[in-house]
Amino acid sequence: MKLNDAVFGALLVVLAAAVLVTVQGFSRIPGQNVGPGLFPGLVAATLGACGLILVVRGVRARAGGPWVELMDWTRSRPHVVAFATLVASVIAYIYLANAVGFLIVAPVTLFAMFLSMRVRARTSAIVAVLAALAIWYAFYKLLRVPLPWGVLERFAF
Amino acid sequence: MHSLALAFGLVFDPYNLWVMMGAAVFGLFVGAVPGLTATMATALLVPVTFFMAPIPAIAAIVTATAMAIFAGDVPGCLLRMPGTPASAAYTDEAYAMTRKGQTELALGAGLVFSAIGGLFGTAVLVVSAPALADFALRFSSFEYFWLVLLGLSCAIVITAEQPLKGVVSLLLGLMVASVGLGNPAGFPRFTFGSTELMGGIGLIPMMIGMFAVSEILRYAVDTDPQWEIVDRPIGNVFKGMWELTRRYPLQIFRGNVVGTLVGALPGAGADIAAWMSYAISKKFSKEPEKFGTGHVEGIVESGSANNSALAGAWIPALVFGIPGDSITAIVIGVLYMKNMNPGPTLFTQNPQNIYAVYLLFILANVLMVPFGWACIKAAKQILRVPRNVLMPIILLFCVVGTFAINNTVFDVGVMLIAGVAAFILEENGFPSAPAILGVVLGGMLEENFITSMIKSDGDMLAFFGRPIAAALGALTLGAWFLPPLVRRMRRLAGA
Repeated sequence: MKLNDAVFGALLVVLAAAVLVTVQGFSRIPGQNVGPGLFPGLVAATLGACGLILVVRGVRARAGGPWVELMDWTRSRPHVVAFATLVASVIAYIYLANAVGFLIVAPVTLFAMFLSMRVRARTSAIVAVLAALAIWYAFYKLLRVPLPWGVLERFAF
Repeated sequence: MHSLALAFGLVFDPYNLWVMMGAAVFGLFVGAVPGLTATMATALLVPVTFFMAPIPAIAAIVTATAMAIFAGDVPGCLLRMPGTPASAAYTDEAYAMTRKGQTELALGAGLVFSAIGGLFGTAVLVVSAPALADFALRFSSFEYFWLVLLGLSCAIVITAEQPLKGVVSLLLGLMVASVGLGNPAGFPRFTFGSTELMGGIGLIPMMIGMFAVSEILRYAVDTDPQWEIVDRPIGNVFKGMWELTRRYPLQIFRGNVVGTLVGALPGAGADIAAWMSYAISKKFSKEPEKFGTGHVEGIVESGSANNSALAGAWIPALVFGIPGDSITAIVIGVLYMKNMNPGPTLFTQNPQNIYAVYLLFILANVLMVPFGWACIKAAKQILRVPRNVLMPIILLFCVVGTFAINNTVFDVGVMLIAGVAAFILEENGFPSAPAILGVVLGGMLEENFITSMIKSDGDMLAFFGRPIAAALGALTLGAWFLPPLVRRMRRLAGA
């Protein structure tokens, strides 16, 4: 996704404004004229200024072009699927790992990611299980990271 | 002397040596596979080093990055595809040499002069860091404020093609650094009532996201066709190296100096060093017309520059806590985790640790020669590893590694957001290096700024009140205003 500089600039101006409004509510250090709002305020003000310059530049350079331009890969279905599967896998891990357990979520998401990258199904299944077990062994057994058991809690060892 | 003996003990401890061997193999592999970078190698190592003592942790990073920067030359030579961005400057040259049947000479020059460059950078580190630390002991908040600001400014002036986008990237990094309680007033900022955000946004999850996850995403959407491996046996890569050394002594020296300097400048690392050295080599060469046709001179110079930059980057990182490149940005995070807070006192309080770091650099660069040779021999097998199998496994490793730091999936979320954000920013021409510098240095910049403001009671002139502060301040303002001024003058002169 390629945004015209003006779109990016406008987003930055909005962000800067939001920060500037927020820092007004920050309390001050008693007896000082500087406080926790000063530094982020200065950063936001500069960011807003940069945003405005980007808006001006973007509008000038646009010359009838689109505001949002999609990159080449977004027109290629396999690439979009691969990208979406990667992101979705991490999100799935975040929300499911604790409830369902690492030893289920990890191989399943790996399998999905392999398939999305056009690895053959049989290879995908075998490597997904082996890689998940290897990572589990390295982190859970060797480094003692408490990877969640989830529904497999009864079998925990 | 006692500290030096202690340092030897730390470095030549069998456990540490095993870690270095493992890291060497890991670094060579990561460097040789296109799409995996030295910075990514560092980011992936962090969760593992988390469980180690300080010296082995640093050993792993030093060894892996040195090996990765060399190994990046290998696919450049065989596939016309740089293994890491630091080899991109001379990939076409190396591939042209392969087509002329000089693969051995190109790879050998890459290997031998990488090791020499690394050792040269280390020598500069050993000599200059303690002297600078001694000097820095006298710095007050004013000097540190300017130093950090100068570092951030340099990062933009050197690296960004479009300075404005570099500035935006930097400011976004500084904004991220403002989140949480970690400010001079201890006031919770931008936490949206979340307890997790109170402690600020974790540096390590963010770096794993920006340097590893974003690369994996970039691979997933890479529309370039599959590559072809040059299939011919590789002979003795050390043949002819002595002749090259005798023929190009000035080039080697110049590459080393430029590399170390560029490395030491904040924000610019091995890749910029290689580009600059290659350009310098061509400009001053007696045979510039041969560049690009498979001529080894530029490879000798820039191949040593990128490895010397690695060591150079550690100078500001150790002495001031200002990273010289994105690798040392991660290293600084590791140093804080290991209670080896960077700064001048690091050199006085536990000197054995600093000596050990020097020794690690020397050892890593010496080990590079045999390990690199083995890597060249195994190159074809390494390059056949299917990346579509590798990338999802690395992603799972990132997820688990990020989780391992604090045992919370919140950090995994931070990692994902940072990865996607870095991906989108890069696609839109915003460089990610200034952003990471902003995140790493935001706290330091604010603390010294606020302390100075309180000391001076808001008087901006006091920022120039001490001689060193005034000089640093003038340099910073120069970095801001000179480049646009020069550009304008040139335009006027041209018109």
